[in-house]
Amino acid sequence: MTTASSAILEAQPILVNATRFRKAHEAEWERLEYLVSRIEKRSVAALSDDDLLVLPLLYRSALSSLSVARETSLDRALITYLEQLCTRAYFQIYGVPTSALRQIARFFAKSWPEAVQAIWRETLVAFLLTVAGAVVAYLLVRSDPTWFFGIIPQGLSDGRDPSASAESLRATLYGASHKDDGLAVFATYLFTHNAQIAIFAFALGFAFTVPTILLILYNGLMLGAFVAVFVPKGLGWNLGGWLMIHGTTEIFAIILSGAAGFRIGMAIAFPGRLSRGDSAIAAGRSAATAMAGAVVMLIVAGLLEGIGRQTVTDDWSRYGIGLTMLVGWLVYFYMPRKA
Amino acid sequence: MRWPTRKKKQSGPASLRRNFVTPEGVDLKLELGGAGTRAAAFMLDAVIIFVVLIIVTIVIVTLFVASRQSDALAILWLIGFFVLRNGWFTLFEMGGRGATPGKRVMGLRVVARDGARLTGGAVIARNAMREIEVFLPLSFLGAQAAEGTADAFLTIFALCWSGIFLFFPLFNRDRLRVGDLIAGTWVVRTVTGSLGHDLVAGKESARRTFSDAALSLYGVYELQTLEDVLRGGRDDAIATVAWTIRNKAGIADDGDDFGFLSDYYAALCARLERGLMLGKRREDKFAASRG
Repeated sequence: MTTASSAILEAQPILVNATRFRKAHEAEWERLEYLVSRIEKRSVAALSDDDLLVLPLLYRSALSSLSVARETSLDRALITYLEQLCTRAYFQIYGVPTSALRQIARFFAKSWPEAVQAIWRETLVAFLLTVAGAVVAYLLVRSDPTWFFGIIPQGLSDGRDPSASAESLRATLYGASHKDDGLAVFATYLFTHNAQIAIFAFALGFAFTVPTILLILYNGLMLGAFVAVFVPKGLGWNLGGWLMIHGTTEIFAIILSGAAGFRIGMAIAFPGRLSRGDSAIAAGRSAATAMAGAVVMLIVAGLLEGIGRQTVTDDWSRYGIGLTMLVGWLVYFYMPRKA
Repeated sequence: MRWPTRKKKQSGPASLRRNFVTPEGVDLKLELGGAGTRAAAFMLDAVIIFVVLIIVTIVIVTLFVASRQSDALAILWLIGFFVLRNGWFTLFEMGGRGATPGKRVMGLRVVARDGARLTGGAVIARNAMREIEVFLPLSFLGAQAAEGTADAFLTIFALCWSGIFLFFPLFNRDRLRVGDLIAGTWVVRTVTGSLGHDLVAGKESARRTFSDAALSLYGVYELQTLEDVLRGGRDDAIATVAWTIRNKAGIADDGDDFGFLSDYYAALCARLERGLMLGKRREDKFAASRG
């Protein structure tokens, strides 16, 4: 092993910083890695109390090891290892969402009403748009019934058009002519359909709210067109009950998801004092919560439609249930809360 | 953060490493998921969703044939389809791992850009945007094609629409989807690895020593490349590198390439680290050698 220019001296270990450093801290790093792997594989619940207490300490010590290693050591394997270890530990300590149950409880107790309160202006606008659409469609169809077919797609009218007789229209309101077995399926279909519309209304807000406005307006148009079919046959009051029982919840939900879309579009178009990106994030997170809430409302509406409307055929009870739901939602959303 | 705009950047390859300072003040230097990896993860998820949907449909049809409970099963299918379409990404990302199965396979996870907890609102926002990114143009096109009314204009429009959103991550530095933009999230690579062994410690026998001139040839970059070669353990690479160094430093071949390189590594590392202590970091061989 002896050569001319690289002579061999007596064994005198060159201790580079990495070696010293590894010797001093390797046990801590290994312990941290073991704990983090256990959390990643299972959950925080897999750790004992002692482990939980020591986790933040190990994390901080690994972080400081990383800082020192970056400044004093040239061992790349060591730095890479510490970087990934610290990153994994960071996400387990700071970045992990709270447990599902806690998140759900928080959603109902706080996040949802707060998110809805935050978009009250947009909600008002969406409501007015729906009303405007309904009034326009009502006037159009009353003046010229062929407008009805321009507004309502073929599949949705299901025989409820201006040419139908008063009897058949009345029958659709009280479920007599419908085959009873198909209705629950239809209600489910309507729920998934409406929920999808709600999500679209939210997402489309990204295009500076224009598509969402159209969607909400069209929703109002359909409402008005149907009303215009029933009213001239003297069924206005009855249609009101039929609509109210689930409609107060369903239409409210669609209005809220539209408002969530408006909020995003407005936040991007007019960010105010924030930067455009920050404004989009702030609006996006809270509007998404309101949108998720709208989907929950649509589930309730689906139940009211599928079960409630089939069992309750009395107009007064239908109005009662519908109004109770409306008041319930309003109180739940807008009731002043302690900060 | 600013709205992503294209700015003249300084030359050099765009890196996906981003500064990410923890509350303790240490920069973790996260690595973002590349566009290809993200696309692969999405395709994987799409395939899994599709397969699950087919299996569920088959099971439900079989049950229907067996029991004739058409209503309950139809409702089950509708709800299942809805949850699969809207809940797959959201529910998995809300879980502790912050990743769908596809992302996990590709080693990705979703995190909040500000380093805070990933909230439910953010996950819902990020995935609701998928509706207009992927599902809307698809279902639009599908419905029209089914009715036979999909004309060229509509097809082109749907393609452009999806194109804008599909390639959105390629048009900004941080590989953000529209959903990430709204939700304030980004997708990072999850790196795991064990600690490589110490190249310097644990040698019982005596080491070679090197002249000052031989050690002043290289800087940190070459040292770490040498580290990679030693850890890689490929004989031809080791032989080539050993030959190059010997040639340059004028050291005769002693027949033990690996031993030579290990000793040279240790000596060079110690020397460069001494420099670090004095505040002199020699980045690579082109940087001026300290005297």
